[in-house]
Amino acid sequence: MAWKEGIVLQPYLPLLLMFVLAAGFAVFSVTAAPYIGPRRYNRAKLDAYECGIEPSPQPVVGGGRMPVAYYLTAMLFILFDIEMVFLYPFAVKADDLGLFGLVEIVLFIVSVGFAYAYVWRRGGLDWN
Amino acid sequence: MISFLAQPGGLDALQAPEIDYWAMAPLLIVLGAACVGVLVEAFLAKPQRWPVQVILTVLTFAFAGLTLGLRLTKDPKGLTTVAGALSIDRPALFLWGTLLALGFGAMLMIADRSVEPGGSFVASAAIRPGTIQDRAQAGQHGMQTEVFPLALFALAGMMTFVAANDLLTMFIALEVMSLPLYLMCGLARRRRLISQEAALKYFLLGAFASAFFLYGLALLYGYAQSVKLADIAEATGGTDRSDTLLYAGFGLLLVGLLFKASVGPFHTWTPDVYQGAPTPVTAFMGACTKVAAFGAILRVLQVAFKASSWEWEYVLWAVAIVSMAIGAILGITQTDVKRMIAYSSIAHAGFLLLGSIALNHDGLSSTLFYLLTYGFTTLAAFGVVSLVRNADGEATHLSQWAGLAKRSPLVAAVFSFLLLALAGIPLTSGFIGKFVVFRAALAEGMGPLVVVALIASAVAAFFYLRVIVLMYFSEPAADGPAVSVPGAFTTAAITLGVVVTLLLGVLPGFALDWAGAAGFVF
Repeated sequence: MAWKEGIVLQPYLPLLLMFVLAAGFAVFSVTAAPYIGPRRYNRAKLDAYECGIEPSPQPVVGGGRMPVAYYLTAMLFILFDIEMVFLYPFAVKADDLGLFGLVEIVLFIVSVGFAYAYVWRRGGLDWN
Repeated sequence: MISFLAQPGGLDALQAPEIDYWAMAPLLIVLGAACVGVLVEAFLAKPQRWPVQVILTVLTFAFAGLTLGLRLTKDPKGLTTVAGALSIDRPALFLWGTLLALGFGAMLMIADRSVEPGGSFVASAAIRPGTIQDRAQAGQHGMQTEVFPLALFALAGMMTFVAANDLLTMFIALEVMSLPLYLMCGLARRRRLISQEAALKYFLLGAFASAFFLYGLALLYGYAQSVKLADIAEATGGTDRSDTLLYAGFGLLLVGLLFKASVGPFHTWTPDVYQGAPTPVTAFMGACTKVAAFGAILRVLQVAFKASSWEWEYVLWAVAIVSMAIGAILGITQTDVKRMIAYSSIAHAGFLLLGSIALNHDGLSSTLFYLLTYGFTTLAAFGVVSLVRNADGEATHLSQWAGLAKRSPLVAAVFSFLLLALAGIPLTSGFIGKFVVFRAALAEGMGPLVVVALIASAVAAFFYLRVIVLMYFSEPAADGPAVSVPGAFTTAAITLGVVVTLLLGVLPGFALDWAGAAGFVF
């Protein structure tokens, strides 16, 4: 059996080599840099790199919590994102799928709409 | 999928699948009602939500039960629908009936607002535990009625889970049933920290289990080039494929399923979650999740992996032994009633696994019957647990149950009867359930396993009897708990569980006939 699997996996060998090469390069660079690179202090080097505003210092009041509205927005984004994920392939093949496809996709949008209605009525879209 | 893409004409040949809406009606009714429940939450004022949700729930179960009954009279064998994704056969219908009946009982307990004033659920889930606002909400009479649609969604997921005829549908159903449960675990009105801890633990471990399931699914797809159970079964018949993929895939898939069924070494979440979750939710999980998980295990083993059974049989023997041992031995050391029943459920999962690996017709029918009996007994047991309370809520520590029979003889008698049923004493359904499962296992040549199961039953009987002795032959503690007079809903749920436990113990014939009516259709 082993030789058969060998044949099946043959095309992936370059990919494996690529992984090994990439991992080797990363390990080499990180270990070598402290030994051969110069060390000069610069405050900017210690900043978070391209990660938006500084998350600290945390507000003392409230135990460093941040507004829960951020999470809500992220969740709503996923809701509509997933809707799009399914709408796109449907739109591409709408003609072939015909009436059946249309009914199904409308059912899908309506059921996502329930969640949307809940969020809307419960004030999830109010941004104070 | 690959064969599908390779067809001449490719995607253009896409056909609309046949959908038998009448056969799926019970499932569609529960799902539809859950959606309506979400709209009720969205558009009705707070005081109206609870009554409307209760009416909606009762109507849902009435109509779903009605359509299920009509289905049973019509189709003797069963069919597959939605392009073979769902198999609505006799075992599926039996499990649907079981799930609907147990779900109804659990929903009654969820709806109860008299045992715990205002209901067992938190008035506002966003309040931080332990704050002044939290103490205030514990005294309020509102509750998060979102728990109704959540429970219906979970139930619909379970119904899909037991009827799923391919692994992908099964995975979606697994998520639909799990996600609402994670949330419901964290909604307790009192002792909210432990409740939220339970929810988080269940979520994290459940996410792991789902990942295992999905990985197994992917490997099996690589093995059989199909996610359909029937195609996997066919592929195991041929010999020129990689066995590594098959066994790795099967193992990972089964870890996911055994986790949900809280079997053996995959049980670690069970005691914490059973203890922390609001008791009606624990009842719902203890009864319905077990039924759904074992329904799926039965179908996967019997439909997809029957031909390769001699390769994995002994692995599951070991798992069953570990499960029975852990449940029986660790159950003895428990001092909390809810944790004790959780360990009892782990031992019972071992017995159920025994029936599931007996891959014959008796194995199927006996496991189905055992699920029915176990579900109702557990449901009623948790119902009784929710009644014994003191000023801080439920008094679940065993020392608080000492001498309960002197305070409220009826509750003590009912709980003793249920414990005897869990132990498997004759004239209760637990005895018949164990008897048929062990008989099926013996017929399949699993003698050593049955001996272990009998020993485990004897060990487990010790901790059931210990509670009975505690209730009847100990002096009540001076500041012991009072027993609430249950409202109509909890009374109905407990009565349902007790009556079915007694009925199936005395007259098991009709349910056994129903369970053994026919096999899987795929």
